[in-house]
Amino acid sequence: MTAQARQTNAPAPADMAILVEDLHKSFGALEVLKGVSLSARKGDVVAIIGGSGSGKSTLLRCINFLETPTSGRITVAGEEIAMRRDGSPADRRQIERIRTRLGMVFQAFNLWTHRTLLENVIEVPVHVLKTPRAEAIARARILLERVGLADKADTFPAFLSGGQQQRAAIARALAVDPSAMLFDEPTSALDPELVGEVLTVIRDLAAEGRTMLLVTHEMKFAREVASHVVYLFEGQIEEQGPPDQLFGAPQSARLKQFLQTVG
Amino acid sequence: MENLLDTLGLSQSAQLLSLSPPGWGGNLLRGLANSLQIAFGAFGFGLLIGLFGAYGKLYGGPILRDLLAIYTTVIRAVPELVLILILYYVGSDLINQASVAMGYGRVEISGVVAGIWVLGVVQGAYSTEVLRGAIQAIPPGQLEAARAFGMPPLMTLRRVTIPAMMSFATPGLANLWLIATKDTALLAIVGFSELTLETRQAAGSTRAYFTFFLAAGALYLIITLFSGAFFARIEKWARRGQPSLKEGKR
Repeated sequence: MTAQARQTNAPAPADMAILVEDLHKSFGALEVLKGVSLSARKGDVVAIIGGSGSGKSTLLRCINFLETPTSGRITVAGEEIAMRRDGSPADRRQIERIRTRLGMVFQAFNLWTHRTLLENVIEVPVHVLKTPRAEAIARARILLERVGLADKADTFPAFLSGGQQQRAAIARALAVDPSAMLFDEPTSALDPELVGEVLTVIRDLAAEGRTMLLVTHEMKFAREVASHVVYLFEGQIEEQGPPDQLFGAPQSARLKQFLQTVG
Repeated sequence: MENLLDTLGLSQSAQLLSLSPPGWGGNLLRGLANSLQIAFGAFGFGLLIGLFGAYGKLYGGPILRDLLAIYTTVIRAVPELVLILILYYVGSDLINQASVAMGYGRVEISGVVAGIWVLGVVQGAYSTEVLRGAIQAIPPGQLEAARAFGMPPLMTLRRVTIPAMMSFATPGLANLWLIATKDTALLAIVGFSELTLETRQAAGSTRAYFTFFLAAGALYLIITLFSGAFFARIEKWARRGQPSLKEGKR
């Protein structure tokens, strides 16, 4: 649905969800990102693939400044994040506001273990966004229902399987009604038989037109749900394009080799 | 009741411990109340210092970290009795000098405030280390999730850091509380009439050392038992959401 949208002309800022320009990130002497630019319009599902150490997670984590970029520009929903010289966010309130617009899903779920699933889901709406509690609870129940965890609302995360925890984490990210979602290898910490249930939830979100950036090792899944695929190699975009082109007819030798090794 | 005490030969002790004069029971209870007041104050003050100290040690700049390292090292290196003497006399002397310099003349320093300040400073050093360890034991992903969802730092402290560290901090803090209740006895040396000093006076006046010190011991034991029950509940609450380590139990 969004593949054609991408091919139309210069991006109109109005429907640009995420814009990353010339992003550099170094950890000490090690340069992890060497000038990456990418964009996602509303409704785009951008899959970021690449080998271990290619910088794909770092790229995702730079977008909401969980990592501080060394240089570059990041614009979320038309608002450029003000950066200091050293790359740290210049305005704490701005970055906090933008973070609430980006629902993040982590590899290790990172649910708050001292709160039940329902409490996890309402935490940010109630305390950060100041949504009335009753309203947040009603919405949280709908979201938990949606990810198939309605009966686990009062359970603590530690008593659930990884797949259930990750689905709850997705509900938590949805609870802020994000303008874009960031998935950082959402299935990499799961047992193989649990991957499917999480991918089903993500697939539904893609189908309803959610904007998503998805770092993943699931190539089949990326091909199926993504509207655009970016292949990172050693901190640079080696090749990008629509999934059929990228997986069906890869141009770069490195991507060909990568696709062979991951099967 | 009277007969029973008589047969056990305890009627004299019961008289000595009676709450109204000539019994000394009232004095002991007043001492206990003072002890508890100081223990509460010192523990709370220590927790406050500890929270700032732990944050400073974990997130502060190099100078703050060095200063905190000196604080915790010195306090934990010097025997508490010596610290109490130093802090009490230095503290009251400094306040008096300041007061005289400002033209108010010498001031009478309340024993309770002095006791809380002295023991609080000692407790703070230990609290700093207990809380620092507890904060470090929180899975970093939980704090990262708070950050990723735009939680401001103070809200993260209140909503995530403190509740998440409670289960790691409670056993250490329970120890500190019990130490605080018993450290109040050291304040006897600066003439503060807490339980131990009251006991000593009662025992000295009546020569019934055994009776009074046994009674004081019982009072300390009662505090410990109640505290144990209280902290067990706190710990149960703090560990909610964590699987029990016992087999087959949640």
